[in-house]
Amino acid sequence: MGKLTITFELNGEALSVEIESHLTLLGLLRDRLELKGTKEGCGMGECGACTVLVDGKAVNSCIFPAAEVDGKSVTTIEGLSGQDGDLHPLQRAFIEHGAVQCGFCSPGMILSAKALLDENPRPTEEEIRKAIAGNLCRCTGYLQIIEAIKAASEKL
Amino acid sequence: MEDFINIGRRVPKKDGEEKVTGRAVYIHDLSIPGMLYGKILYSPHAHARILRIDTSRAERLPGVRAVLTGYNIPSIKFGFYKDNVPLKAGKVRSCRDEVAAVAATDPEIAEEALDLIRVDYEALPAVFDPEEAMREGAPLIHEEHVGGKEKKPTNVLNLPWKLVCGDVEEGKRNSAHIAENRFKVTWVNHCCMGTSGCLAHFDHQNNLTIYSITQIPSLAQKDYTEALSAMGLQGKRVRVIKTTIGGGFGSKLDTYAFEYIAILLAHKTRRPVKIVFSRDEEFFATSPRQPAIIDISQGCTKDGRLTFRDVRMILDNGAYTSWGATTPSVMMMPISSLYKVPHVRYVAKCVYTNNTYSQAMRGYGNPQATFAIESQIDILSEMAGIDPLDFRLRNANTPGEVTPQNFKIQTCGLRECIDAVAQKLDWRQNRGRRDGRGIGMASLIHVGGGARVYKSDGCGTIIKVDDFGMVNVITGATDMGQGVDTVIAQIVAEELGVRTEDVSVIHTDTDVCPWDVGAHASRTTFVAGNSARGAARKVKELILEVAARSMGERPEDLDIRDRTVFCRNDPEKKSPLGKVLRSAHYTTAGRMMMADYFYDPSNENLDREFKGNLSVTYTYGTHGIEVEVDRETGEVKILRYIAAHDVGKAINPMLLEGQVYGGAVMGIGYALTERLILHQGKVMNPNFLDYKVLTARDVPRIEALVIETNDPAGPFGAKGIGEPGLVPTAPAIANAIYDAVGVRITELPITPEKILKALKEKELSEHRPAPVGLPEDRAARGSHHG
Repeated sequence: MGKLTITFELNGEALSVEIESHLTLLGLLRDRLELKGTKEGCGMGECGACTVLVDGKAVNSCIFPAAEVDGKSVTTIEGLSGQDGDLHPLQRAFIEHGAVQCGFCSPGMILSAKALLDENPRPTEEEIRKAIAGNLCRCTGYLQIIEAIKAASEKL
Repeated sequence: MEDFINIGRRVPKKDGEEKVTGRAVYIHDLSIPGMLYGKILYSPHAHARILRIDTSRAERLPGVRAVLTGYNIPSIKFGFYKDNVPLKAGKVRSCRDEVAAVAATDPEIAEEALDLIRVDYEALPAVFDPEEAMREGAPLIHEEHVGGKEKKPTNVLNLPWKLVCGDVEEGKRNSAHIAENRFKVTWVNHCCMGTSGCLAHFDHQNNLTIYSITQIPSLAQKDYTEALSAMGLQGKRVRVIKTTIGGGFGSKLDTYAFEYIAILLAHKTRRPVKIVFSRDEEFFATSPRQPAIIDISQGCTKDGRLTFRDVRMILDNGAYTSWGATTPSVMMMPISSLYKVPHVRYVAKCVYTNNTYSQAMRGYGNPQATFAIESQIDILSEMAGIDPLDFRLRNANTPGEVTPQNFKIQTCGLRECIDAVAQKLDWRQNRGRRDGRGIGMASLIHVGGGARVYKSDGCGTIIKVDDFGMVNVITGATDMGQGVDTVIAQIVAEELGVRTEDVSVIHTDTDVCPWDVGAHASRTTFVAGNSARGAARKVKELILEVAARSMGERPEDLDIRDRTVFCRNDPEKKSPLGKVLRSAHYTTAGRMMMADYFYDPSNENLDREFKGNLSVTYTYGTHGIEVEVDRETGEVKILRYIAAHDVGKAINPMLLEGQVYGGAVMGIGYALTERLILHQGKVMNPNFLDYKVLTARDVPRIEALVIETNDPAGPFGAKGIGEPGLVPTAPAIANAIYDAVGVRITELPITPEKILKALKEKELSEHRPAPVGLPEDRAARGSHHG
């Protein structure tokens, strides 16, 4: 197991860390950097709870090698609200539309939605459903999540 | 209509911001200095004798602090039947049996240590079918377990599930039509997005603190206290602290082996020990919904009035006993009381097998029973030549009715629910097309005003108001994400004349919070809500006494609204609430603005015949569904989904809709896609690739219709709504499929394969002359009388 040093941008700040080559991005975020907002729901890339953005694209960090973020930018749920603590419109919409129950899927769900809206600011309902199809939620039945994303897209 | 400030509003969840920012702390996120990681070794065999366990290599691995087996721990028995132990000795009875456990400084080391433990087994004959397990000579799961009058060794549990109301034989004689069917329902997993886990920690004096995700903090505290006694730690204290819970759905209504193992490891190592399940473990080592084989018959008169309902069930208990074995106590509710039925008989047997053991899951037996009842209502109404809508309306429950099980029906919006669904679906127009599109409906009854399953159905609340009019509500209730903190805040704010945002709700710590029987039976809004309201009333009286003194008025002439104390007769005479409160403290003989209240509803335990008014009030609902069935692929597409619920009063319509949507989608999974596949006792699909939870692309739009019957016993009129959302889903879908293509699927989940097979059989039988007396549906073994 080799070690390597990676340099990347995490939530807007440059960072250099030495990692073991087999470390996952989720392991780096949660265990090394203590960013616990990113959740592990399955560890196999099947539930989306661990979704973060790498160069703006949503990835399952539980199966994404940490080594691959070298030279890239990573956004986690901790980096989504503004410097002044203001919530991102997606976060606000999730709260206001009842899109959060137990909340375990929420960080990943919100980041998948952000990746969508960054690329497609006015998505159709079908496009929203497709964008979050990799993020499982057991509480809400998704409908209020879809509404929230729609509402946020209208505000952005 | 009262003019509410806080009730009936779409108030966002109080913990929303913590959750959308990733700040909420789940069990997975928690660590304590010096913490060790616990891992569990499970049996690879469904039934085997343990010949030898060698842990010496694991113990020598650097970083390993303790290795436990069933041979070096004290005897701790747990579960409803006390037939389970944390680590097994002698033999294993299922593939989830815990055989050894390790605590190490690092999760990888703990995992490696498990690989170093050597267990020698001698495989034993196993039994996986409950009907086979009942036969003479079947392998015995618990050799010491005896039953029957002769006290012979048996796999049949000594549970007395038998309800007899009236005389079913007379009901049969009075029937013009009788339907008889067998239905089967299987295991499904709760699939909480946050996997199970706990963190156990002893202080220097051996008092235990356990960070937990339980839905029953007070009862779990009792279980753990008993475990400490078994460990020789009599008189030690147990403190249960709940982290944010990543989904419940009934899965956390019992205490489990992994929790006792964490306690044992923490005690042995003198270090905090955390155990968190992998998703794989979550699928095979947690307890799924209770499966059942259901033989049901119902009859009706020529004009479609129900004459009797006769149900026999066999429940695969698995190898140990948790609350799954008690689901018949809830199955009795729809069997006896969904629609008016004069004669009822129900018998259920729970049978040990070498499968996994089951637990409570949202609806607690009701979805299983309602699938059989409501599917058969359609079969029976067809035999009687009556539209199933009319059939249901003709037999619908009504307010004031006392059901055969002695449920006293109070408010009852069942007819309104049925009517609303029929209207939305344009029932008369759209029913009976048989063109690949079809509509169907099914209804439900559930407890809506608590459920006295224990000696108490109570919940305590403490309220404390500070100098600034900010309110702390300390409740026994548990939030798994459903939003009870928000609902309690709304109730207290309304009662106290403040705003919802002024109220913070503390519900996480048994050292602080009062007693509560647990988050089950859709009871929390009703019971914890009434409890909170009672405490709010008391503290309001205190505040008004103080205000009366400082304002020179009589307390009974004062009221509080929107943070202001005012004189009812002269609203211009007023004082800000904060000012009044400060005057309570900054005075000689000052007092604290605190109150407590224990609410225990006036419902009854079921008696020895399983009769009694289990709940103060009952809740109803009807789901109507339009489907399209692809005859080539067997795929079912839900085109429209109407969910009408009698909720008493919607305290927070947004959170209520969330319960209905979430329930209905879980119900669609139960109906169409979800199945925990067990082969020789082993879970074959312990992952989200092979276990099909619905995704955002799969869910239909759902229209939630809220019927408000304003129940006088409910807090501001509310009844429970946590479970009902998934109770009628599967039969409504099955009925719609029948309407679409004329095949009756009697086994869940209704997969495309089953539909295709049934379509093929139907086609074959239509090309043959039909046997006389058989209805179109071959699955319905009907007989015609009179």
